[in-house]
Amino acid sequence: MADAVLRIDGLNKQFGALKATDNVSLDVRDGEIHALIGPNGAGKSTLIQQISGLLRPDSGTIRFLGRDLAPLSVAERAQCGLGRTFQVSSIAPEFSALRNVMLAVQAVDGSSFRFFRPVMKDRRLIDAARAVLEEVGLSDRADIIAAELSHGERRQLEMAMALALRPKLLLLDEPMAGMGPEGSKQLTSFLDAMRHKVPILLIEHDMEAVFSLADRISVLVYGNVIATGAVDDIRNNAQVREAYLGEED
Amino acid sequence: MISRESIFNAVLLLALLAAPYIALQMDEPFYVSLATRVAILALAGVGLNIALGFGGMVSFGHAAFFGVGGYVAGILSQHAFNYEPLVTWPFTIEGTNQMLVIWPVALVVCALLALAIGSIALRTSGVYFIMITLAFAQMIYYFAISWPAYGGEDGLSIYVRDTFPGVNTMNPMSFFLICYAVLIVCLVLSMLIRDSRFGAALQVARQNEVRLASTGIAPFRIRLVAFVISAAITGLAGALYADLNRFVSPSSLSWHMSGEIMVFVILGGVGRLFGPVAGAALFIVFEFYLGGVTEHWQLFLGLVLLCVVLFARGGLIGLIAGRARHG
Repeated sequence: MADAVLRIDGLNKQFGALKATDNVSLDVRDGEIHALIGPNGAGKSTLIQQISGLLRPDSGTIRFLGRDLAPLSVAERAQCGLGRTFQVSSIAPEFSALRNVMLAVQAVDGSSFRFFRPVMKDRRLIDAARAVLEEVGLSDRADIIAAELSHGERRQLEMAMALALRPKLLLLDEPMAGMGPEGSKQLTSFLDAMRHKVPILLIEHDMEAVFSLADRISVLVYGNVIATGAVDDIRNNAQVREAYLGEED
Repeated sequence: MISRESIFNAVLLLALLAAPYIALQMDEPFYVSLATRVAILALAGVGLNIALGFGGMVSFGHAAFFGVGGYVAGILSQHAFNYEPLVTWPFTIEGTNQMLVIWPVALVVCALLALAIGSIALRTSGVYFIMITLAFAQMIYYFAISWPAYGGEDGLSIYVRDTFPGVNTMNPMSFFLICYAVLIVCLVLSMLIRDSRFGAALQVARQNEVRLASTGIAPFRIRLVAFVISAAITGLAGALYADLNRFVSPSSLSWHMSGEIMVFVILGGVGRLFGPVAGAALFIVFEFYLGGVTEHWQLFLGLVLLCVVLFARGGLIGLIAGRARHG
């Protein structure tokens, strides 16, 4: 399929006797939110680590915008347009929210090997970073040190850093985790609006969010994709209900 | 708005500048050389601070650069003194007693050395990085001991202090001012680096390496370049130190020296711009006054260091100016 942004084929990853990723194939198409669900320990995070380059698969291919990712490092994959957030927010704790986002802006805006110009006088970096903070609704907290932000705000900050990269695909690893109902709702409508700008591979436990957001859902159980399909197909899939949804309800 | 840290920094710089003048007024020329030592050791610390403070690279091998910088000065001026070229084939390289030639050579040699050491050591992290940098420094230390051409264990004397255009470097005050000026230039450089795009990436490499990589900036290259800059500055300090003592020996390459440079940075405040200046000054004051009272002064230094690590992570500057602020 030509319009697949991300295409994973026959991916395997084994830790000792444990098959964390077992012959996984899936794709993310332009303009869609593809949700990846599955019980704890199903291998969701392992899969996302392999996509972003923190783990090397044993076999199989990951193609992003038609390009084989295997030889690329984490940083190179990010440069290609792979933006991500982590299950536990990953930020620079000693920097202000603004400077965190400025780092991401600087990463796409030319080189980081500039030694003499103070970043805090670099209007272009600051303005671009402020615009992204505005977009995620964090602009009034721009000057707060990231370590002092609340949990939800750190999630927003991480999202801002991912968006500042102007990504061609977002990998979101449980963005709703620990958000509270109000935060989840806000984030859901935010992501809903995002899908037209950038396709998203969404790993999420919050079923309500997944069912309202996803265009397609893949279900991962014991490293294996047992089903992929539209929301209703998955909801009514007997195998899925047994393996996963049944346990939740 | 002027922060307390800026005021403290200014006071520190002025005090260091005033100290030798006051010493001369009091007819105590020895203190001039003490102040010069502070300036040079602070410079070595400014170098290490870029790697350790900004980048979080705990290099336990910066003596390698300090000592090699010193040997560059020693070797070049010995050859100039004896009128024998360093190399005659394939082309002739003469020695020199010009600081303005010696410094760039020391900078380049230390930068290349750091490039080699860094490209291996930076593939590891944590304790392994500490051990590998230490191992490289010790290799160079033992090499210097066993290389008789330049004095081996006995070290190498610089018979006449190297010269600087228009300045009588044998005048202690003039030499102090040279070292002080170099220190200021490198402090400014270090500030520019800290506040630049490169500095931002370097500090995030310390705070959260995975985040930096996920943002599309490869931490290894950032760290390596910082390590090289850091080493070059420490090497420059080594060249000045050799000229101060008119002597360079393998002890400047030993792990004691690496430890001392690290102590300057930690005492003053890791990652603080003027931390190494405060730390080196404190160290020399300790060494001089406590060393006059008891030869076991390092025991007390150890206690102070312990207190700093346990109770005052920001070092002296942290105590006085509070926590570091990042815009």
